[in-house]
Amino acid sequence: MGTSEQRKVVSLLVDNQAGVLTRISSLFTRRGFNIDSLTVSATNDPAISRITVTVYGDRRRLDQLMLQTERLEVTHQVFVLDDRNTLQRELLLLKVAANVSNRAELQEIANIYKAKIIDLSPDSMIFELTGKPEKIDAFLRMFEGYTILEQCRTGVTALERGGMHQHMQKPPQEIRAAQLPLPGTRCTK
Amino acid sequence: MLLNGSQIFVEVLCEQGVDTIFGYPGGSVLNLYDELYKNSDRITHVLTAHEQGAAHAADGYARATGRTGVVLATSGPGATNLVTGIATAYMDSVPMVAFTGNVATDLLGRDSFQEAYIEGITMPITKHNFTVRRVEDLADTMRAAFRIAQSGRKGPVLVDIPKDVTANKCEFTHRQPEPIRTVTTFNEQEVAWAAEIINGAEKPLIYFGGGVRSAASCQPLRDLIHKAGIPATYTLMGAGVIPYGDPLSLGMLGMHGCYTANRAVSEADVVVAIGTRFSDRVALKPSTFAKKATIIQIDIDPSEVNKNVEVDLSVVGDAAYILQAMLPMIEPKEHPEWMAQIHDWQAHDYHPVSDASRLMPHQVIGEICSQCGPEAVYVTDVGQHQMWAAQYLRHAKSRGFITSGGLGTMGFGYGAAIGAQMALGRDQRVVMLTGDGSFHMNLNEACTAVSYNLPIITVIFNNQVLGMVRQWQTAFYGKRYSQTDPHRKTNFVKLAEGFGLKGYHCENLAQFQAAFAEALKNDGPTWIECMIAKDEKVLPMIPGGGDINDIMME
Repeated sequence: MGTSEQRKVVSLLVDNQAGVLTRISSLFTRRGFNIDSLTVSATNDPAISRITVTVYGDRRRLDQLMLQTERLEVTHQVFVLDDRNTLQRELLLLKVAANVSNRAELQEIANIYKAKIIDLSPDSMIFELTGKPEKIDAFLRMFEGYTILEQCRTGVTALERGGMHQHMQKPPQEIRAAQLPLPGTRCTK
Repeated sequence: MLLNGSQIFVEVLCEQGVDTIFGYPGGSVLNLYDELYKNSDRITHVLTAHEQGAAHAADGYARATGRTGVVLATSGPGATNLVTGIATAYMDSVPMVAFTGNVATDLLGRDSFQEAYIEGITMPITKHNFTVRRVEDLADTMRAAFRIAQSGRKGPVLVDIPKDVTANKCEFTHRQPEPIRTVTTFNEQEVAWAAEIINGAEKPLIYFGGGVRSAASCQPLRDLIHKAGIPATYTLMGAGVIPYGDPLSLGMLGMHGCYTANRAVSEADVVVAIGTRFSDRVALKPSTFAKKATIIQIDIDPSEVNKNVEVDLSVVGDAAYILQAMLPMIEPKEHPEWMAQIHDWQAHDYHPVSDASRLMPHQVIGEICSQCGPEAVYVTDVGQHQMWAAQYLRHAKSRGFITSGGLGTMGFGYGAAIGAQMALGRDQRVVMLTGDGSFHMNLNEACTAVSYNLPIITVIFNNQVLGMVRQWQTAFYGKRYSQTDPHRKTNFVKLAEGFGLKGYHCENLAQFQAAFAEALKNDGPTWIECMIAKDEKVLPMIPGGGDINDIMME
C-alpha cells in the first residue's frame, strides 16, 4: 500500500437482483482495487440492496471508480462515507482453544471488551463481538498469546448519522426531441 | 393477446422500428427463426458467413445511420463469436442490441450442448445485459435493451433468451417505443465560464471525438468553430464531423495525426475537448498533453472527466444542448496571429511525395475520392491502411467514415460495410478499404456480399506483410520482423472469382484508375487488390508514451 492510499468505506444502493454483485465486484477488479471487506443486504425498499465496500486506494482513482460504478444500469447511488459522520459496525465470531487453566483469563478479556461467550466446549470457546472495526482489531490483538482455532468477521456495515443525506445521483434523463428540437442537427449528412 | 416468446420477439422488434437484423441460425434459436420466416415481409434478416461478421454488420448499420443495430445468434459458439463485435461497439459507444439464444432454463448451468454463460462473458463489454428467464419478462426486457442502447452514452446491450422462453406463451400488449432519452440538463454556470475562457483565448483549439456525432451536435460544433474562429482537430472517431477542406480543420490528432494538430495542442492556451476521452492514442503522454492550455471538457459521461488527463473545467451533459446554450455567449472572433502560426506549421507538415511508377497509398486513396466524390461512405479495417484512410480520405458526410477506433478490430471492415450498405441502400456508394492482413481475418463475408448482391467496392492494400506491426518492428525492434511476413500466396483475383464476384489486380495507378472505374459500373461486389511496397510507412508517427517532441516525419 502506497502512502497516498487511504481506507475508504463506500456505500452503494443497487437493484436487488441476481448478478448485481458480480457487476460491481468485476468493475472493482478491473480497476485494480482490492476489496478489503464487502457486505450486501436488502434495505427497507425490497427492490434495493445496499452494498458496503471497504477499499484501499487514492482518492482520485477511487472517485473515478465510483463514477464508473454509478454508470452501471443497476446502480442507483454510490458515495464515500465520511468517517467523522458515519457509524461503522462489524461482527466477529472467534473460536479460541481454551481449557480449565486459561478459561478465566479469557473470560476476563471478554468482559473488558463486552464480548459474549456464545459457546463453551471442553477444549474451546467462541466469542461474539460487535463494534467498530478498530475495536475488533484491538480485541483480536489480545489473543496473540493464545491459539485461535477459527475466526470470522462480517465486514463493515455503515450508516450516516442523522436524517437522509443527499448524495450524488444520476442526472435525470429527459426526452430529447420534446425538450429542444435541433433542426438540421441529426447527423445523417 | 396470447403469444409465444418468438412471436413476442418479432412484435417487439417491429414495435421498436427494427426492419433489418443480422444473424446466424442455430439450435437454440430455431423458434425465433421460424417466426422470422413467417414475418419475412416485416423484418429483413441478413445471413452472414460467421456471427462475428453479423455483429460487425449490426455495428456498421448503427454507425451509418445512428439507429440501433440488431444482431441475433444462437447459444454457445454463436454467442461467443459475437464477443469481438460487441466489444468493438462498446469501445466506440455504438448503439447495438445483441440477442442470443440459450439452452432451455432447466438445462442452464449443466454444461449442456452449446451452452455458454454469455451474460457473464459479455458483462464487461456491454452497457448492460440480461438473461430472460420467464416469457412474461421478455417484452419489457427487450424494450429496456433498446432504451439503454440509445440513452446517454450509447453502447451495446445483450439479451440472452433460453429456448423454452421462445416457446412459452403469455399475454402481450403492444406499446409505443419510448422516445430516446438523454441528459438535457447541465450546469449553466459552467457553460458561462467555458464561454468566458473561450472568449479570452488567444490560441484556442477545439479537439473533438465521436461523441459529437452521437450527440447529434455536428452543426452546433461547426457553428462554434466558425463563430469563434477556432481551429479544430479531431480523433479517429471524430473524422467527418467537419467537412474535409474546411479552412479551420487541422486534420487528425494523435499517434498518426498530422504535425500541425499535435503541435497546436501543445502550444494552445485553451483546448476545448468535446465528446472525446483523451485516449492513449491521442493523449499519448498525459503529463504533457496540452500542457500550456486551460482544458475544458464537454462530455455526457461524468466518468470520463479527469480519467486520463486532468482538466480545468468540465461540463457534463449532452453536447448538443451545451453547445446550443454556449453559442450566444461566444463572441465572433478571428485569431490572425494564431492562424498564421498554424499555416506556418502546415507548410512544414508531412506531405507524401507522389511517384507514378508505383502504387502509393495516398495516390490510391486520392483516386478513390476523385472517382467517388465526397458523398461516398468509407469503411476500413485496422492497420496502416486505416491510418492512411483517416489521413487522406476527402469525405464530407459526418457518418461517412466507419472504422473501429477504440478496440482496433482487424476484420471489422467487411461486416461493417455490409451493414452500412444494407442500411443505406444500393444507391449509396460504399467503399471498403482494407489491408491484406485484416482482410484475411474475415474475408469470408464476401459470400454475404455476393448473396445479397451488395455493390461494395473493396480496395485491398496488399503490402504482403502485417504492415503496422512491421512498422513498429522497423522503428523499435531492430528490424526483427517476428511473424509479420507471412509469405501468403493468396491470389485475390481467383479468390474473388471463387466467391462469385469480380476481382482486379493492380500494380500501378493507371491500372487502378481503370479497375476502379469498372468497379463503379459493377452491379455487385468487387475486389481491387493494390500492390503496395512493404516498407511504406504511416507518417507522421508519435511513439506510444511520447509527445510532439518525439514525432517521426520520415
